[in-house]
Amino acid sequence: MLEKTGIPTEEQLKEVTPSKERLSRGPVAIIECFQEIPCNPCYTSCSTGAIKELVDINEKPEVDFDKCNGCGICISNCPGLAIFVVDESYSEDKALIKLPYEFLPLPEKGDMVKALDRSGQVVGQAEVVKVVNSKAQDRTPVIWIAVDKELSMRVRNIEMGV
Amino acid sequence: MRIEKHPILTFEKGRKVKFTYNGEELEGFEGEPIAAALHAAGVKVLGHSSVHKRPRGFYCAIGNCSSCLMTVDGKPNVRVCIEKLADGMKVETQQGKGDLI
Amino acid sequence: MRTTDVAVIGGGPAGLSAAISAASLGAKVTLIDRNDRLGGQLIKQTHMFFGSQKQHASVRGVDISGILEEQLSKYKDNVEVLLNATVLGLYEDGVVTIEQGEEKYFKIKPKAMVIATGASEKVLPFPNNDLPGIYGAGAVQTLMNVYGVAPGDRALMVGAGNIGLIVSYQLMQAGVKVAAIIDAAPKIGGYLVHASKIRRMGVPIYTSYTVKEAIGKDSLEKAVIVQLDEKWQPVPGTERELDVDVMCISIGLSPLAELLWQADCEMKYVPELGGYVPARDEEYQTTVKGIYVAGDVSGVEEASAAMVEGQLAGLCAAKNLGFTSPDFEARRQDCIDQLNTLRSGPVGAKIRAGLEKLLG
Repeated sequence: MLEKTGIPTEEQLKEVTPSKERLSRGPVAIIECFQEIPCNPCYTSCSTGAIKELVDINEKPEVDFDKCNGCGICISNCPGLAIFVVDESYSEDKALIKLPYEFLPLPEKGDMVKALDRSGQVVGQAEVVKVVNSKAQDRTPVIWIAVDKELSMRVRNIEMGV
Repeated sequence: MRIEKHPILTFEKGRKVKFTYNGEELEGFEGEPIAAALHAAGVKVLGHSSVHKRPRGFYCAIGNCSSCLMTVDGKPNVRVCIEKLADGMKVETQQGKGDLI
Repeated sequence: MRTTDVAVIGGGPAGLSAAISAASLGAKVTLIDRNDRLGGQLIKQTHMFFGSQKQHASVRGVDISGILEEQLSKYKDNVEVLLNATVLGLYEDGVVTIEQGEEKYFKIKPKAMVIATGASEKVLPFPNNDLPGIYGAGAVQTLMNVYGVAPGDRALMVGAGNIGLIVSYQLMQAGVKVAAIIDAAPKIGGYLVHASKIRRMGVPIYTSYTVKEAIGKDSLEKAVIVQLDEKWQPVPGTERELDVDVMCISIGLSPLAELLWQADCEMKYVPELGGYVPARDEEYQTTVKGIYVAGDVSGVEEASAAMVEGQLAGLCAAKNLGFTSPDFEARRQDCIDQLNTLRSGPVGAKIRAGLEKLLG
């Protein structure tokens, strides 16, 4: 249970997960924010209007998956680092995940790294496809990793090494 | 125990200076708190409580709690968590409560 | 004797904001801080803040400090900043005594003051809780994030509120392993997104656990934790020994209210706000006319709220001395609305309950 362990339940994840069909169509943001807290940078940073306006800043964010193009600008703007982009159209057997990573050393393109789930357990390997660390991201780099497709909704962190 | 690389921060440090801790020569950066320099040198025990002689260390870091009192350049009861390190400082474990005069 | 319109005591998020808003109305402001730089505890907050743009959401706390200082510098003609300056006492005749450095001692008589002295960390009783290696979580944050020194190799975090969760993450950013985060409460008290981000680094969070004892000769070598039952009593046989050389205590803050007691402000005990806090009105004026409060000293809360409280107290302190501007009423109302919004959700329930007790 999230309030005891920090790990969201399957039911909670189901609420924020796009349909299989949408995931297969291309990159889309998944916001794993399950608590009403006073916070709205996800909405204000979204340039496609996909994150619905938080009329009361305590509301939980909601993504219009049809409007979201998976650009990932929201990832490094989220103070809770709770946003991930998943792209199941990446290749035949791999999915692309974009995740925030504020640790050193940063991985480099081409590195193989450990793929971790929401509890920090190693569940597989990931190939680093890109490391995006622009000035606008203000020291929250976004790592693009390719993982086996069936892990696309499980992998949420990486650890250096294999 | 100095943090060499940090994903968010860069640390601006003063020039490297030498000071002594109970006679032993150590190095630190000018202007950092004495306790930070001691900590970086692996010194965790800063003194002992006056009655039960229990070891005392760095606790609050902002000059509130009095856990870090030491004798600096002969002056007792210096809060080393906020007192800045200077070249040639003589830092010593304090014996007892420290006399005012 | 030196005089000023508004003396602001404490240059953290609340005090800086109060100084800016009082100065913006034209009041002569004297901002007093005991440290050698402004910003208070903002200077060690490496994480992005929550809230909305008005409270600098998504900006790191350490950078918010710079933003506020820059805003303050716009009013340098009517703002005096006293650093390394500790307020020693408030006297019946409205005189404030200050020690600056080790040599200077002087008095100021302000027409009004905003007390924004913040809060200090609470301690937890358990055997050997005084061993070196056991720190306030905020102290470890200062050591790491201000001075660039890691406290040790492997840490136990006691307290899963926002500070405990954030400092755990920052320990890992500084290269320190975190063995576990424990909390005596049955649920994580901090924002769950903070919990999730540290959890996916592989750090276990044990709720309903407390520290049974610390073990070590000269400094911490091991910590023994124990599970608590529904009545918060230790469950025999559930002890676990953790090899840690660092323990961070993060079980809450209590307001640094000494000056308010000295000034004879009416104080009320409100646990939800951190302990004894001053009775005050909607403008953050205490029961002593001309003494305003803002930030954690008026009730422990997030820094985003502290900044808005500071703005409001600074505005009202200046206004009540006769300084004003055409948009005063709009700005005052905006502050009140922002505070209501920040506190309106489920995570604001405790603050709301505390304020209900305080304001009745």
